[in-house]
Amino acid sequence: MSADQSSERHLKTTPLDTLHRELGAKMVPFTGYSMPVQYPAGVLQEHLHTRSQASIFDVSHMGQARLRGDNPAKAIESLVPGDIQGLPSGKARYTLLTNENGGILDDLMVTRTGDHLYLVVNAACKEADFKHIADNLGSGYDLEILADQALIALQGPAAAEVLSRFIPAARHMLFMTAGSFNWGDVSCFVTRSGYTGEDGYEISIPADQGEDITRILLGENEVEMAGLGARDSLRLEAGLCLYGSDIDTTTTPIEAGLTWTVNKCRRESGGFPGADIILKQINEGISRKRVGILPDGKAPARAHTEITDESGLEIGEITSGGYGPSVGGPVAMGYVNIEHAVPDTAVNLKVRNKLLPARVVKMPFVKQNYFTG
Amino acid sequence: MTIKFTEDHEWISVEGDIATVGITAHAQDQLGDIVFIELPETGAALDMADEAGAVESVKAASEIYAPVSGEVTDVNSDLEDNPGVVNSDPMGDGWFFRLKLSAPDELDSLMDEDQYKTYLEGLDG
Repeated sequence: MSADQSSERHLKTTPLDTLHRELGAKMVPFTGYSMPVQYPAGVLQEHLHTRSQASIFDVSHMGQARLRGDNPAKAIESLVPGDIQGLPSGKARYTLLTNENGGILDDLMVTRTGDHLYLVVNAACKEADFKHIADNLGSGYDLEILADQALIALQGPAAAEVLSRFIPAARHMLFMTAGSFNWGDVSCFVTRSGYTGEDGYEISIPADQGEDITRILLGENEVEMAGLGARDSLRLEAGLCLYGSDIDTTTTPIEAGLTWTVNKCRRESGGFPGADIILKQINEGISRKRVGILPDGKAPARAHTEITDESGLEIGEITSGGYGPSVGGPVAMGYVNIEHAVPDTAVNLKVRNKLLPARVVKMPFVKQNYFTG
Repeated sequence: MTIKFTEDHEWISVEGDIATVGITAHAQDQLGDIVFIELPETGAALDMADEAGAVESVKAASEIYAPVSGEVTDVNSDLEDNPGVVNSDPMGDGWFFRLKLSAPDELDSLMDEDQYKTYLEGLDG
Protein backbone atom coordinates (compact mmCIF):
# COMPACT_ATOMS: atom_id res chain seq x y z
CA MET A 1 0.00 0.00 0.00
CA SER A 2 2.87 2.39 0.63
CA ALA A 3 4.86 3.98 -2.15
CA ASP A 4 8.13 2.39 -3.09
CA GLN A 5 10.51 4.46 -1.00
CA SER A 6 13.57 3.68 -3.11
CA SER A 7 12.01 5.08 -6.26
CA GLU A 8 10.51 8.12 -4.51
CA ARG A 9 13.80 9.99 -4.89
CA HIS A 10 13.78 9.60 -8.67
CA LEU A 11 10.29 10.95 -9.13
CA LYS A 12 9.69 14.25 -10.86
CA THR A 13 7.52 16.83 -9.13
CA THR A 14 5.00 19.29 -10.50
CA PRO A 15 5.09 23.05 -9.80
CA LEU A 16 2.36 22.47 -7.17
CA ASP A 17 4.34 19.90 -5.18
CA THR A 18 4.92 22.16 -2.15
CA LEU A 19 1.24 23.05 -2.02
CA HIS A 20 0.12 19.40 -2.23
CA ARG A 21 2.34 18.46 0.70
CA GLU A 22 1.29 21.50 2.72
CA LEU A 23 -2.36 20.52 2.21
CA GLY A 24 -1.67 17.01 3.48
CA ALA A 25 -2.06 15.18 0.18
CA LYS A 26 -1.22 11.49 -0.02
CA MET A 27 1.47 11.47 -2.68
CA VAL A 28 1.97 8.44 -4.92
CA PRO A 29 4.25 7.66 -7.86
CA PHE A 30 2.34 8.08 -11.12
CA THR A 31 3.93 8.01 -14.58
CA GLY A 32 7.27 9.09 -13.15
CA TYR A 33 5.82 11.94 -11.08
CA SER A 34 5.01 12.26 -7.42
CA MET A 35 1.28 13.05 -7.60
CA PRO A 36 -1.53 13.62 -5.08
CA VAL A 37 -3.92 10.65 -5.13
CA GLN A 38 -6.12 12.31 -2.51
CA TYR A 39 -6.17 15.05 0.12
CA PRO A 40 -7.39 14.66 3.71
CA ALA A 41 -11.05 14.99 2.61
CA GLY A 42 -10.72 11.67 0.76
CA VAL A 43 -11.71 10.48 -2.72
CA LEU A 44 -15.44 10.26 -1.95
CA GLN A 45 -15.76 13.85 -0.70
CA GLU A 46 -13.47 15.21 -3.42
CA HIS A 47 -15.57 13.48 -6.07
CA LEU A 48 -18.90 14.73 -4.68
CA HIS A 49 -17.53 18.23 -4.15
CA THR A 50 -16.48 18.38 -7.81
CA ARG A 51 -20.01 17.46 -8.91
CA SER A 52 -21.66 19.98 -6.58
CA GLN A 53 -19.16 22.91 -6.43
CA ALA A 54 -15.69 23.04 -8.01
CA SER A 55 -12.32 21.35 -7.56
CA ILE A 56 -8.79 21.96 -8.75
CA PHE A 57 -6.81 19.07 -10.18
CA ASP A 58 -3.09 19.37 -10.80
CA VAL A 59 -2.55 17.94 -14.27
CA SER A 60 0.87 19.50 -14.78
CA HIS A 61 2.33 16.04 -15.42
CA MET A 62 0.50 15.94 -18.76
CA GLY A 63 2.41 16.90 -21.89
CA GLN A 64 1.77 20.32 -23.37
CA ALA A 65 3.24 21.47 -26.68
CA ARG A 66 2.79 23.96 -29.48
CA LEU A 67 3.10 22.86 -33.09
CA ARG A 68 4.20 25.48 -35.59
CA GLY A 69 5.04 25.37 -39.27
CA ASP A 70 3.35 25.46 -42.65
CA ASN A 71 -0.32 24.56 -42.07
CA PRO A 72 0.23 22.48 -38.91
CA ALA A 73 -3.46 21.44 -38.93
CA LYS A 74 -3.01 19.73 -42.27
CA ALA A 75 0.26 18.18 -41.13
CA ILE A 76 -1.12 16.66 -37.93
CA GLU A 77 -4.08 15.21 -39.81
CA SER A 78 -1.56 12.69 -41.18
CA LEU A 79 -1.38 11.28 -37.61
CA VAL A 80 -4.97 11.63 -36.28
CA PRO A 81 -8.44 10.79 -37.67
CA GLY A 82 -9.96 14.09 -36.48
CA ASP A 83 -10.89 17.07 -38.64
CA ILE A 84 -8.22 19.54 -37.55
CA GLN A 85 -8.14 21.67 -40.73
CA GLY A 86 -11.81 22.44 -40.19
CA LEU A 87 -11.18 23.57 -36.62
CA PRO A 88 -11.55 27.37 -36.33
CA SER A 89 -9.01 29.30 -34.29
CA GLY A 90 -9.97 29.17 -30.62
CA LYS A 91 -11.61 25.76 -30.82
CA ALA A 92 -10.41 22.50 -29.31
CA ARG A 93 -10.98 18.90 -30.38
CA TYR A 94 -10.49 15.53 -28.70
CA THR A 95 -8.65 13.22 -31.08
CA LEU A 96 -6.41 10.16 -31.23
CA LEU A 97 -2.92 9.32 -32.41
CA THR A 98 -3.40 6.04 -34.30
CA ASN A 99 -0.92 3.44 -35.50
CA GLU A 100 -0.71 1.44 -38.74
CA ASN A 101 -2.86 -1.34 -37.22
CA GLY A 102 -5.64 1.07 -36.36
CA GLY A 103 -4.65 0.93 -32.67
CA ILE A 104 -4.51 3.98 -30.43
CA LEU A 105 -1.11 5.40 -29.42
CA ASP A 106 -2.71 8.06 -27.23
CA ASP A 107 -5.73 10.31 -26.90
CA LEU A 108 -5.10 14.04 -26.93
CA MET A 109 -6.60 17.50 -27.14
CA VAL A 110 -5.75 19.66 -30.14
CA THR A 111 -6.60 23.36 -30.01
CA ARG A 112 -6.10 25.70 -32.93
CA THR A 113 -4.90 29.07 -31.76
CA GLY A 114 -3.86 31.60 -34.37
CA ASP A 115 -1.17 30.16 -36.62
CA HIS A 116 -0.34 27.14 -34.48
CA LEU A 117 -1.80 24.18 -32.60
CA TYR A 118 -1.73 23.66 -28.83
CA LEU A 119 -1.57 19.99 -27.84
CA VAL A 120 -2.20 18.25 -24.52
CA VAL A 121 -1.27 14.56 -24.30
CA ASN A 122 -1.19 11.95 -21.54
CA ALA A 123 1.71 12.01 -19.09
CA ALA A 124 2.60 8.35 -19.59
CA CYS A 125 2.81 8.77 -23.37
CA LYS A 126 4.24 12.26 -23.70
CA GLU A 127 7.85 11.42 -24.63
CA ALA A 128 6.72 8.81 -27.18
CA ASP A 129 3.97 11.08 -28.57
CA PHE A 130 6.23 14.06 -29.06
CA LYS A 131 8.90 11.92 -30.73
CA HIS A 132 6.23 10.33 -32.95
CA ILE A 133 4.90 13.75 -33.99
CA ALA A 134 8.32 15.32 -34.53
CA ASP A 135 9.68 12.30 -36.46
CA ASN A 136 6.66 12.04 -38.73
CA LEU A 137 6.15 15.70 -39.52
CA GLY A 138 9.80 16.31 -40.29
CA SER A 139 12.02 19.34 -40.28
CA GLY A 140 9.47 21.84 -41.57
CA TYR A 141 7.65 21.77 -38.24
CA ASP A 142 8.61 23.03 -34.82
CA LEU A 143 7.18 21.14 -31.86
CA GLU A 144 7.81 23.30 -28.82
CA ILE A 145 7.40 21.23 -25.65
CA LEU A 146 6.00 23.44 -22.89
CA ALA A 147 7.91 21.87 -20.01
CA ASP A 148 7.79 25.12 -18.03
CA GLN A 149 3.99 25.39 -18.00
CA ALA A 150 1.82 24.18 -15.12
CA LEU A 151 -1.63 22.86 -16.05
CA ILE A 152 -4.52 22.94 -13.63
CA ALA A 153 -8.09 21.83 -14.21
CA LEU A 154 -10.87 23.73 -12.44
CA GLN A 155 -13.90 21.44 -12.68
CA GLY A 156 -17.46 21.59 -11.44
CA PRO A 157 -20.71 23.53 -11.79
CA ALA A 158 -19.24 26.53 -9.90
CA ALA A 159 -16.12 26.68 -12.09
CA ALA A 160 -17.46 29.38 -14.42
CA GLU A 161 -18.64 31.61 -11.58
CA VAL A 162 -15.28 31.26 -9.84
CA LEU A 163 -13.00 31.78 -12.82
CA SER A 164 -14.95 34.73 -14.19
CA ARG A 165 -14.20 36.64 -10.95
CA PHE A 166 -10.62 36.77 -12.24
CA ILE A 167 -11.09 36.37 -15.99
CA PRO A 168 -14.54 37.87 -16.76
CA ALA A 169 -14.57 36.59 -20.35
CA ALA A 170 -14.28 32.98 -19.11
CA ARG A 171 -18.01 32.99 -18.29
CA HIS A 172 -19.01 33.24 -21.95
CA MET A 173 -16.59 30.70 -23.37
CA LEU A 174 -18.35 27.62 -24.78
CA PHE A 175 -17.34 24.01 -24.15
CA MET A 176 -14.21 23.14 -26.18
CA THR A 177 -13.21 26.73 -26.90
CA ALA A 178 -9.95 28.38 -25.85
CA GLY A 179 -8.37 31.76 -25.35
CA SER A 180 -5.32 33.59 -24.00
CA PHE A 181 -5.95 35.87 -21.04
CA ASN A 182 -4.00 38.03 -18.66
CA TRP A 183 -4.68 37.26 -15.02
CA GLY A 184 -3.05 40.28 -13.45
CA ASP A 185 0.36 40.10 -15.06
CA VAL A 186 0.23 36.32 -15.54
CA SER A 187 -0.55 35.12 -19.04
CA CYS A 188 -2.87 32.10 -19.05
CA PHE A 189 -4.07 29.87 -21.84
CA VAL A 190 -7.56 28.69 -20.93
CA THR A 191 -9.64 25.93 -22.53
CA ARG A 192 -13.22 25.30 -21.44
CA SER A 193 -12.77 21.55 -21.14
CA GLY A 194 -11.87 18.82 -18.72
CA TYR A 195 -12.22 15.12 -18.06
CA THR A 196 -14.78 14.86 -15.29
CA GLY A 197 -18.06 15.21 -17.19
CA GLU A 198 -18.56 18.58 -15.50
CA ASP A 199 -18.29 22.11 -16.80
CA GLY A 200 -14.85 23.54 -16.22
CA TYR A 201 -11.56 24.81 -17.53
CA GLU A 202 -8.01 23.71 -18.08
CA ILE A 203 -5.64 26.55 -17.35
CA SER A 204 -2.06 26.55 -18.60
CA ILE A 205 0.15 28.95 -16.65
CA PRO A 206 3.90 29.55 -16.32
CA ALA A 207 5.26 26.98 -13.84
CA ASP A 208 6.55 29.63 -11.43
CA GLN A 209 3.02 31.13 -11.20
CA GLY A 210 1.22 27.82 -10.83
CA GLU A 211 1.19 27.75 -7.06
CA ASP A 212 0.12 31.40 -6.70
CA ILE A 213 -2.78 31.04 -9.13
CA THR A 214 -3.89 27.79 -7.49
CA ARG A 215 -3.81 29.43 -4.05
CA ILE A 216 -5.93 32.32 -5.33
CA LEU A 217 -8.55 29.91 -6.72
CA LEU A 218 -8.43 27.83 -3.54
CA GLY A 219 -9.22 30.99 -1.60
CA GLU A 220 -12.67 31.04 -3.18
CA ASN A 221 -15.42 29.47 -1.06
CA GLU A 222 -16.56 26.97 -3.68
CA VAL A 223 -13.12 25.54 -4.43
CA GLU A 224 -11.27 22.54 -2.95
CA MET A 225 -8.38 20.43 -4.21
CA ALA A 226 -9.05 16.98 -5.67
CA GLY A 227 -6.55 14.24 -6.47
CA LEU A 228 -6.02 11.49 -9.00
CA GLY A 229 -8.44 9.18 -7.17
CA ALA A 230 -11.39 11.50 -7.68
CA ARG A 231 -10.26 12.31 -11.21
CA ASP A 232 -10.49 8.60 -12.02
CA SER A 233 -13.93 8.01 -10.45
CA LEU A 234 -15.28 11.19 -12.09
CA ARG A 235 -14.08 10.26 -15.58
CA LEU A 236 -15.36 6.70 -15.15
CA GLU A 237 -18.86 7.93 -14.25
CA ALA A 238 -18.65 10.29 -17.23
CA GLY A 239 -17.92 7.29 -19.48
CA LEU A 240 -14.56 8.72 -20.57
CA CYS A 241 -11.65 6.47 -21.55
CA LEU A 242 -8.47 6.12 -19.55
CA TYR A 243 -5.54 5.59 -21.90
CA GLY A 244 -3.68 2.40 -21.04
CA SER A 245 -6.80 0.83 -19.51
CA ASP A 246 -9.79 1.38 -21.81
CA ILE A 247 -7.89 2.21 -24.98
CA ASP A 248 -4.40 1.27 -26.14
CA THR A 249 -2.54 0.02 -29.22
CA THR A 250 -4.71 -3.13 -29.27
CA THR A 251 -8.03 -1.27 -29.47
CA THR A 252 -9.27 0.69 -32.47
CA PRO A 253 -11.31 3.91 -32.21
CA ILE A 254 -14.32 2.01 -33.53
CA GLU A 255 -14.09 -0.82 -31.01
CA ALA A 256 -13.60 1.83 -28.30
CA GLY A 257 -16.87 3.55 -29.19
CA LEU A 258 -14.93 6.60 -30.39
CA THR A 259 -16.20 6.47 -33.99
CA TRP A 260 -17.35 10.07 -33.54
CA THR A 261 -13.68 11.13 -33.40
CA VAL A 262 -13.28 9.98 -37.03
CA ASN A 263 -14.82 13.08 -38.54
CA LYS A 264 -16.94 12.84 -41.71
CA CYS A 265 -14.41 14.58 -43.96
CA ARG A 266 -11.76 12.04 -42.93
CA ARG A 267 -13.90 8.98 -43.68
CA GLU A 268 -13.56 9.22 -47.46
CA SER A 269 -9.99 10.30 -47.94
CA GLY A 270 -8.45 8.56 -44.92
CA GLY A 271 -4.82 9.61 -44.81
CA PHE A 272 -4.15 8.78 -41.15
CA PRO A 273 -2.32 5.74 -39.77
CA GLY A 274 -4.46 2.60 -39.84
CA ALA A 275 -7.14 4.33 -41.93
CA ASP A 276 -7.72 1.21 -44.07
CA ILE A 277 -8.55 -0.87 -40.98
CA ILE A 278 -10.50 1.85 -39.17
CA LEU A 279 -12.61 2.83 -42.19
CA LYS A 280 -13.27 -0.85 -42.97
CA GLN A 281 -14.54 -1.30 -39.42
CA ILE A 282 -16.88 1.69 -39.83
CA ASN A 283 -18.30 0.18 -43.02
CA GLU A 284 -18.30 -3.52 -42.22
CA GLY A 285 -18.60 -3.63 -38.45
CA ILE A 286 -16.54 -4.87 -35.54
CA SER A 287 -16.41 -8.02 -33.45
CA ARG A 288 -16.17 -6.38 -30.01
CA LYS A 289 -17.07 -3.04 -28.48
CA ARG A 290 -16.49 -0.96 -25.36
CA VAL A 291 -19.71 -0.66 -23.37
CA GLY A 292 -20.90 0.51 -19.99
CA ILE A 293 -21.48 -2.23 -17.42
CA LEU A 294 -23.76 -1.73 -14.43
CA PRO A 295 -23.50 -4.46 -11.77
CA ASP A 296 -26.91 -5.38 -10.29
CA GLY A 297 -25.45 -5.71 -6.79
CA LYS A 298 -23.13 -3.63 -4.68
CA ALA A 299 -19.79 -5.31 -5.36
CA PRO A 300 -17.49 -3.25 -7.58
CA ALA A 301 -15.86 -5.05 -10.53
CA ARG A 302 -12.35 -3.78 -11.18
CA ALA A 303 -10.23 -3.76 -14.34
CA HIS A 304 -9.47 -7.24 -15.78
CA THR A 305 -12.65 -8.77 -14.32
CA GLU A 306 -13.90 -11.43 -16.73
CA ILE A 307 -17.30 -10.78 -18.33
CA THR A 308 -19.37 -13.84 -19.21
CA ASP A 309 -22.73 -14.42 -20.85
CA GLU A 310 -25.58 -15.84 -18.81
CA SER A 311 -24.31 -19.38 -19.38
CA GLY A 312 -20.89 -18.50 -17.97
CA LEU A 313 -19.04 -18.34 -21.30
CA GLU A 314 -16.38 -15.62 -21.47
CA ILE A 315 -17.44 -12.71 -23.70
CA GLY A 316 -15.07 -9.94 -22.62
CA GLU A 317 -13.25 -8.08 -19.88
CA ILE A 318 -13.75 -5.03 -17.68
CA THR A 319 -11.16 -2.34 -18.46
CA SER A 320 -12.16 0.23 -15.80
CA GLY A 321 -14.45 -0.30 -12.86
CA GLY A 322 -15.08 0.75 -9.34
CA TYR A 323 -17.48 2.59 -7.11
CA GLY A 324 -19.21 5.63 -8.56
CA PRO A 325 -19.78 8.06 -5.69
CA SER A 326 -22.44 10.08 -7.56
CA VAL A 327 -24.17 6.93 -8.81
CA GLY A 328 -23.96 5.52 -5.28
CA GLY A 329 -22.94 2.09 -6.47
CA PRO A 330 -20.55 0.19 -8.70
CA VAL A 331 -19.97 1.23 -12.33
CA ALA A 332 -17.67 -0.21 -14.96
CA MET A 333 -16.78 -0.25 -18.63
CA GLY A 334 -15.22 -2.95 -20.72
CA TYR A 335 -15.14 -4.77 -24.04
CA VAL A 336 -17.70 -7.42 -24.96
CA ASN A 337 -18.36 -9.45 -28.10
CA ILE A 338 -20.51 -7.38 -30.43
CA GLU A 339 -23.59 -9.61 -30.05
CA HIS A 340 -23.62 -8.74 -26.34
CA ALA A 341 -23.00 -5.02 -26.80
CA VAL A 342 -26.69 -4.05 -27.01
CA PRO A 343 -27.87 -1.99 -24.01
CA ASP A 344 -29.81 -4.02 -21.43
CA THR A 345 -28.05 -7.29 -22.30
CA ALA A 346 -27.70 -9.38 -19.14
CA VAL A 347 -24.12 -10.48 -18.40
CA ASN A 348 -22.16 -11.86 -15.46
CA LEU A 349 -18.99 -10.56 -13.87
CA LYS A 350 -16.51 -13.01 -12.39
CA VAL A 351 -15.55 -11.37 -9.09
CA ARG A 352 -13.54 -13.48 -6.64
CA ASN A 353 -14.67 -16.63 -8.46
CA LYS A 354 -18.35 -15.79 -8.15
CA LEU A 355 -20.52 -14.82 -11.10
CA LEU A 356 -22.31 -11.57 -10.27
CA PRO A 357 -25.17 -10.38 -12.49
CA ALA A 358 -24.81 -7.10 -14.38
CA ARG A 359 -26.24 -5.29 -17.39
CA VAL A 360 -24.80 -3.62 -20.46
CA VAL A 361 -25.81 0.05 -20.33
CA LYS A 362 -25.39 3.26 -22.27
CA MET A 363 -22.81 5.69 -20.93
CA PRO A 364 -22.31 8.16 -19.33
CA PHE A 365 -23.45 6.96 -15.90
CA VAL A 366 -24.09 10.57 -14.86
CA LYS A 367 -25.40 13.37 -17.05
CA GLN A 368 -22.62 15.39 -18.64
CA ASN A 369 -22.77 19.00 -17.65
CA TYR A 370 -20.95 20.92 -20.38
CA PHE A 371 -21.60 24.59 -21.18
CA THR A 372 -22.70 24.73 -24.79
CA GLY A 373 -24.47 28.09 -24.67
CA MET B 1 -10.11 -10.62 26.47
CA THR B 2 -7.00 -10.75 24.28
CA ILE B 3 -6.47 -8.68 21.14
CA LYS B 4 -3.96 -9.67 18.50
CA PHE B 5 -2.91 -8.23 15.13
CA THR B 6 -1.75 -9.59 11.77
CA GLU B 7 0.71 -8.22 9.23
CA ASP B 8 -2.28 -7.75 6.91
CA HIS B 9 -3.61 -5.15 9.37
CA GLU B 10 -6.43 -7.21 10.80
CA TRP B 11 -7.31 -7.41 14.49
CA ILE B 12 -8.72 -10.40 16.30
CA SER B 13 -10.27 -10.04 19.70
CA VAL B 14 -10.67 -13.30 21.64
CA GLU B 15 -13.11 -14.14 24.44
CA GLY B 16 -13.12 -17.82 25.40
CA ASP B 17 -13.18 -19.77 22.13
CA ILE B 18 -14.93 -17.02 20.13
CA ALA B 19 -12.92 -14.40 18.24
CA THR B 20 -14.11 -11.21 16.53
CA VAL B 21 -12.20 -10.06 13.42
CA GLY B 22 -11.89 -6.66 11.74
CA ILE B 23 -9.34 -4.35 10.14
CA THR B 24 -7.20 -1.84 12.02
CA ALA B 25 -7.42 1.95 12.06
CA HIS B 26 -4.24 1.98 9.97
CA ALA B 27 -5.84 -0.30 7.35
CA GLN B 28 -9.00 1.78 6.99
CA ASP B 29 -6.89 4.94 6.74
CA GLN B 30 -4.77 3.41 3.96
CA LEU B 31 -7.84 2.17 2.08
CA GLY B 32 -9.77 5.41 2.30
CA ASP B 33 -13.54 5.57 1.90
CA ILE B 34 -14.84 2.02 2.19
CA VAL B 35 -17.79 1.32 -0.10
CA PHE B 36 -18.28 -2.45 -0.08
CA ILE B 37 -17.46 -5.41 2.14
CA GLU B 38 -17.76 -9.05 1.17
CA LEU B 39 -18.14 -11.25 4.24
CA PRO B 40 -17.77 -15.01 4.57
CA GLU B 41 -20.80 -17.29 4.89
CA THR B 42 -21.90 -18.18 8.39
CA GLY B 43 -20.86 -21.78 8.96
CA ALA B 44 -17.83 -21.62 6.67
CA ALA B 45 -14.79 -23.45 8.00
CA LEU B 46 -11.70 -21.35 7.42
CA ASP B 47 -8.05 -22.28 7.79
CA MET B 48 -5.54 -19.70 8.99
CA ALA B 49 -4.70 -17.32 6.08
CA ASP B 50 -7.65 -18.47 3.96
CA GLU B 51 -9.43 -15.76 2.04
CA ALA B 52 -12.45 -14.77 4.09
CA GLY B 53 -13.83 -11.91 2.03
CA ALA B 54 -12.85 -8.54 0.65
CA VAL B 55 -12.99 -4.88 1.51
CA GLU B 56 -13.34 -2.34 -1.27
CA SER B 57 -12.68 1.38 -1.13
CA VAL B 58 -13.29 3.88 -3.92
CA LYS B 59 -9.68 3.30 -4.93
CA ALA B 60 -9.02 -0.41 -4.59
CA ALA B 61 -10.01 -3.87 -3.42
CA SER B 62 -8.17 -5.78 -0.67
CA GLU B 63 -8.63 -9.36 0.47
CA ILE B 64 -9.63 -10.21 4.02
CA TYR B 65 -7.93 -13.30 5.46
CA ALA B 66 -8.78 -15.54 8.38
CA PRO B 67 -6.20 -14.55 11.03
CA VAL B 68 -6.53 -18.02 12.56
CA SER B 69 -8.51 -21.19 11.83
CA GLY B 70 -12.12 -21.55 12.87
CA GLU B 71 -15.77 -21.77 11.91
CA VAL B 72 -17.64 -18.56 11.06
CA THR B 73 -20.39 -18.15 13.66
CA ASP B 74 -21.62 -14.65 12.84
CA VAL B 75 -21.08 -11.84 10.32
CA ASN B 76 -21.70 -8.12 10.68
CA SER B 77 -24.56 -7.76 8.19
CA ASP B 78 -24.98 -4.06 9.08
CA LEU B 79 -21.91 -3.42 6.91
CA GLU B 80 -23.89 -4.29 3.79
CA ASP B 81 -25.85 -1.04 3.96
CA ASN B 82 -23.31 0.98 5.89
CA PRO B 83 -19.74 0.00 4.97
CA GLY B 84 -18.49 3.45 6.04
CA VAL B 85 -18.72 2.27 9.69
CA VAL B 86 -15.41 0.52 9.06
CA ASN B 87 -13.86 3.96 8.48
CA SER B 88 -15.48 5.61 11.49
CA ASP B 89 -15.19 2.73 14.00
CA PRO B 90 -12.85 0.04 12.65
CA MET B 91 -12.13 -1.57 16.02
CA GLY B 92 -15.74 -1.45 17.24
CA ASP B 93 -18.98 -1.38 15.22
CA GLY B 94 -16.94 -1.99 12.07
CA TRP B 95 -16.15 -5.62 12.99
CA PHE B 96 -16.42 -8.12 10.11
CA PHE B 97 -17.11 -11.64 11.43
CA ARG B 98 -16.81 -13.99 14.41
CA LEU B 99 -14.97 -17.29 14.49
CA LYS B 100 -15.20 -20.30 16.79
CA LEU B 101 -11.51 -21.08 17.16
CA SER B 102 -10.41 -24.54 16.03
CA ALA B 103 -6.67 -24.07 16.73
CA PRO B 104 -6.29 -21.45 19.50
CA ASP B 105 -2.50 -22.00 19.60
CA GLU B 106 -2.27 -20.14 16.30
CA LEU B 107 -2.96 -16.91 18.22
CA ASP B 108 0.57 -17.14 19.64
CA SER B 109 2.03 -16.46 16.20
CA LEU B 110 0.20 -13.11 15.92
CA MET B 111 1.39 -9.72 17.20
CA ASP B 112 0.21 -8.10 20.41
CA GLU B 113 -0.63 -4.39 20.44
CA ASP B 114 2.92 -3.21 21.21
CA GLN B 115 4.40 -5.45 18.55
CA TYR B 116 1.88 -4.17 16.01
CA LYS B 117 2.75 -0.56 16.86
CA THR B 118 6.42 -1.32 16.29
CA TYR B 119 5.48 -3.07 13.03
CA LEU B 120 3.60 0.05 11.86
CA GLU B 121 6.52 2.30 12.75
CA GLY B 122 8.74 0.07 10.63
CA LEU B 123 6.40 0.55 7.66
CA ASP B 124 6.50 4.34 7.87
CA GLY B 125 10.26 4.28 7.16
